[in-house]
Amino acid sequence: MATLAVEDLAVEFGGVAALAGVSFEVRPGTITSLIGPNGAGKTTAFNAITGYLRPRRGRVTFNGEPLTGRRPCDVARRGVVRTFQKTSVFPALSVRDNVMIGLHLRGRAGIFSILAGRRAVADEEARLAREAAAIIAFVGLPHRRDEVASALPYGEQRLVELAVALAARPKVLLLDEPAAGMTASERQRLVDLVRRVREQDVTVFLVEHDMRLVMGVSDTVIVLNNGRVIAEGPPAAIQSHPEVIRAYLGSSGA
Amino acid sequence: MTRAGGFFLAVGALTLPLWLQSPYHVHVAIMAGIFGVLAMSLNLLLGYTGQLSLGHAAFFGIGAYTSALLTLKLDWSFWPALAAAVALAGAAGLFIGRLALKLRGAYFVLVTISFAGVVSLVSINWIELTNGPLGLPGVPAPELGPWSLRTKTAYYYLVLAAVALSYVVCRRLVRSRIGRALVALRENEPLAESVGVDVTHYLVLATVVSAAMAGLGGSLYAHYTRFVSPEVFLFTYTVTMVIMVVAGGKGTLLGPVVGALLFTVLPEALREAMAWQWQLLAYGVLLIVLVYFLPRGIVPAVSAWRR
Repeated sequence: MATLAVEDLAVEFGGVAALAGVSFEVRPGTITSLIGPNGAGKTTAFNAITGYLRPRRGRVTFNGEPLTGRRPCDVARRGVVRTFQKTSVFPALSVRDNVMIGLHLRGRAGIFSILAGRRAVADEEARLAREAAAIIAFVGLPHRRDEVASALPYGEQRLVELAVALAARPKVLLLDEPAAGMTASERQRLVDLVRRVREQDVTVFLVEHDMRLVMGVSDTVIVLNNGRVIAEGPPAAIQSHPEVIRAYLGSSGA
Repeated sequence: MTRAGGFFLAVGALTLPLWLQSPYHVHVAIMAGIFGVLAMSLNLLLGYTGQLSLGHAAFFGIGAYTSALLTLKLDWSFWPALAAAVALAGAAGLFIGRLALKLRGAYFVLVTISFAGVVSLVSINWIELTNGPLGLPGVPAPELGPWSLRTKTAYYYLVLAAVALSYVVCRRLVRSRIGRALVALRENEPLAESVGVDVTHYLVLATVVSAAMAGLGGSLYAHYTRFVSPEVFLFTYTVTMVIMVVAGGKGTLLGPVVGALLFTVLPEALREAMAWQWQLLAYGVLLIVLVYFLPRGIVPAVSAWRR
């Protein structure tokens, strides 16, 4: 199993430092959360790790192999898969087709065997369809399989998103505010799912605002503020960390 | 499409020359078939990847000129010339696809329009090769072994085979992981990349297949009309393809075929029905009505109604 390591990562937007040189590690097999007040740089960190943003300096490695400078699809190919803060599905497609796209890397069929209508292509399609059905069942949406993703209630769309990401067989799964907009019962379901994902040897890296959820599910919490890591440790230590409290409750002492 | 529907469609298409009374009607059917190939080709980009190629006539024209020049100047026979037309149009698609690698939406449209403009200018000005605006007359009719495909009925079957081939290519592609990658680009590009779909790679691939298919249409056109001139690059051809795809139903397999049939037959029907001043007006009104009432196209509307 492999470690996702971030070293001295810096991102600027028009001269303003969104990330001012942050370093941390996401240890394999853990659920690690990245928290911090709005604008702390959490999503920016996700974007820089997964290739959606080019950092000004610093590097990201996965299992020792550099991820910085790679395109998002190449990062995904190495097993680092992210979801998005704003709900992001393939809107006009059925839940099943959404997940089938997530399974893209699990297929091998090339253009020539597809055009020749080879038997192996049909076999592979059937195998992928079975895998898709299993993943849809895993996130608890088997009854929605043939429905158009954009027609589902918000909480279920977030589950579709999770299913699409899981279909790509991540080694590290980066979830950007997966619980945003979910009802209390949906949140509970999400927590259960995240725990079950970890049991399948997937490292989970989470950005989330719901503190109860974060503190309940995480092994390690990393706190960002103003583009810097201000604290890192197990949930209990983070909750009583003076600088974290100051960052969240206001900076009268600063 | 149901199995029975497909069967009747196939029987209808195969026996069509028997039903049609005059060679003129067979001519219309041939043109509908050629445009069917072109519309399917455009649909692969517009309907599935969501990218509009407004220079599609360029690939059509490249196919037509390649086939005409090889048979006229180098005495190639039809079949290798056809293959070369498909290959060269596909190569042009590769060039455009690579050029437009990171471009989407309006920028993709601009690159394709500019490309068509350049190719058109070459065809007009490289007079030693293309004979300029005078064009290339006397493109030979194709032969199949000992038989000449000179008659309209024979040519109809050649075009029908091309339509069937293009349809199968589109169908297999669209229903594969490659087709899903194309749709993923249309639906949500960042999400597609997050699960490892190399979106750009598949856009280039789709452009190559689409261009090659348009080249096939161009070659068939050249050997049917037996004459190729810079007119093959006219913007009108591209616009007609777009109308066919949009009216028939973009992003569906049958839509472009239905659109091609309708918008080849319609101008001819209007020609018989009314004076020329009214023809374009009626065409325009019908198009507006169609798009207004069936914004997603004929085929999606019919399948929604049957459900």
